[in-house]
Amino acid sequence: MKELVILSGKGGTGKTSLTAAFASIAESRVLCDADVDAADLHLLMDPDVRERTDFMGGNIAKIDAEKCTMCGQCIDLCRFDAISDDFVVDKINCEGCGVCVDLCPEQAIDFPVVKCGEWYISDTRFGAMVHARLGIAEENSGKLVTLVRQEAKKIAEKKQMELIITDGPPGVGCPVIASVGGATALLVVTEPTVSGLHDMLRLLELAAHFKVPCMVCVNKFDLNVEQTAAIEMLAAEKGLPFVGKIPFDPEFVKSMVLGKTILEYRQEGELSSTVKKIWERIRENL
Amino acid sequence: MIISVASGKGGTGKTTVATNMAVSLGAGVQLLDCDVEEPNAHLFVSPVIEQSETVFTAVPEIDKDKCTLCRKCSDICRFNVIAIAGKTILTFPELCHSCGGCIAVCPEGAITEVGRELGLLEQGVFDAGDFVHGRMRIGEAMSPPLIKKVRERIKPGKINIIDAPPGTSCPVITAMKDTDFVLMVTEPTPFGLHDLKLAVEAVKLLGIPHGLVINRSDMGNDDVWQYARTENLPILMEIPFDRAIAEAYSRGHLMVELMPEWKGKFQELFSRIEKLSKAWENRN
Repeated sequence: MKELVILSGKGGTGKTSLTAAFASIAESRVLCDADVDAADLHLLMDPDVRERTDFMGGNIAKIDAEKCTMCGQCIDLCRFDAISDDFVVDKINCEGCGVCVDLCPEQAIDFPVVKCGEWYISDTRFGAMVHARLGIAEENSGKLVTLVRQEAKKIAEKKQMELIITDGPPGVGCPVIASVGGATALLVVTEPTVSGLHDMLRLLELAAHFKVPCMVCVNKFDLNVEQTAAIEMLAAEKGLPFVGKIPFDPEFVKSMVLGKTILEYRQEGELSSTVKKIWERIRENL
Repeated sequence: MIISVASGKGGTGKTTVATNMAVSLGAGVQLLDCDVEEPNAHLFVSPVIEQSETVFTAVPEIDKDKCTLCRKCSDICRFNVIAIAGKTILTFPELCHSCGGCIAVCPEGAITEVGRELGLLEQGVFDAGDFVHGRMRIGEAMSPPLIKKVRERIKPGKINIIDAPPGTSCPVITAMKDTDFVLMVTEPTPFGLHDLKLAVEAVKLLGIPHGLVINRSDMGNDDVWQYARTENLPILMEIPFDRAIAEAYSRGHLMVELMPEWKGKFQELFSRIEKLSKAWENRN
């Protein structure tokens, strides 16, 4: 079983639109949305949720006003400015370290586990999908990413599916690190802009750090053909397969508005054959 | 005044709005790029970096001669940083949240704090004023500590514009918290609207006045305008898609360089933000 994780560094380069397009032509696949912070794949997949599970992320301190003697030790100990002068815990600032809980001389601080989000196993017209929704302003996105990827893997094993296609988050931090480990390969979707290139280079560095192989594709390539050529050369220099380039095309937005993948929206024509060819090259390199 | 520019979805134009507004306002602005995982603002405003420092977060180092393997440190640590196996004590500093619990409980004084590199904090100047950004070290998972370091450079008397990271979880909350206004940049697509709704929930949770910029306003559908109406969300600016703008962006050029007429519109955007923020202050 293999897992392709689609990443970009920079947001808005087309990760989700391409993930959905590949989902519509890949055979024997399970879909996974690892962008738990701002998940969008479900908007194109129209999932029928079969299982819904709470994600219990971490603990948050809670001061029992009746037991509290206002000695101030918790305020002194807390490095996250999470306890106010009148001894109320700021849920947003609380890091869940439990230092105040353990060291309160009155044992006046509880440490309940809190629900940080939900995750789902769904059916879609392209097979099973695992996705999630991290609660607003929550932490532990890396843990939830790891969880949805593990669940996708379990389903793939059970159904003897050959491939997991994972839509990843932007950036290079916690949720991306959690998306990269153990992946068969990454597809880096970039755009030919100074920021697209800058962010891709940082992502490639991260992938090298974790020793995960990468392929590169350029979206909206015709916005800057010289920059696209430079990215293509850069991929060659680094020995990374360059799997193709897609023009800037408002059809992507039109298909999104209808909740369709680009290949459902345009079954024929140059754009769809470009996307299909890219998928073929990905399969050859996976 | 501190304005944070956020979006939920990535790639909607946060950096475009933050940089163009900063440049349009002219002198007296400070631009802070808090998207420390993928900082991009410098690519468009070309700051001269005057000061660069490596910043660290505190992680424990254990003096094995003093340690009696009492386990108090590993018991208090919720992040599995300290493990004791037989007569060996091990630390995993990359998991550490720098809470200081282990030091507080060690009865032998065997733990000291050393640094884990978070990344680079760079400060300089550009045409319109001061510039600060953070560049997270590749392989570092936690961006909030570095975002906090960037925010320590906020100058109270100035107009501080924060370019926030995408998403709705801890990094963006760290960037937006305690700012005077959140300017949300979206695009009128299903993805843009879906993630905008999440971002609005986050901003409401923080209780910060906010308004909307709709970028590529002619690509998509009308749902975002409807949403703005029902939510009473002021639309402060609309930027239609323009291939020339997109091409200029790809080369690192600002909109206002290509089309100086937008300068006035970004100044107008700022005055509207100022008014909304004052009205909010008066109400509270």
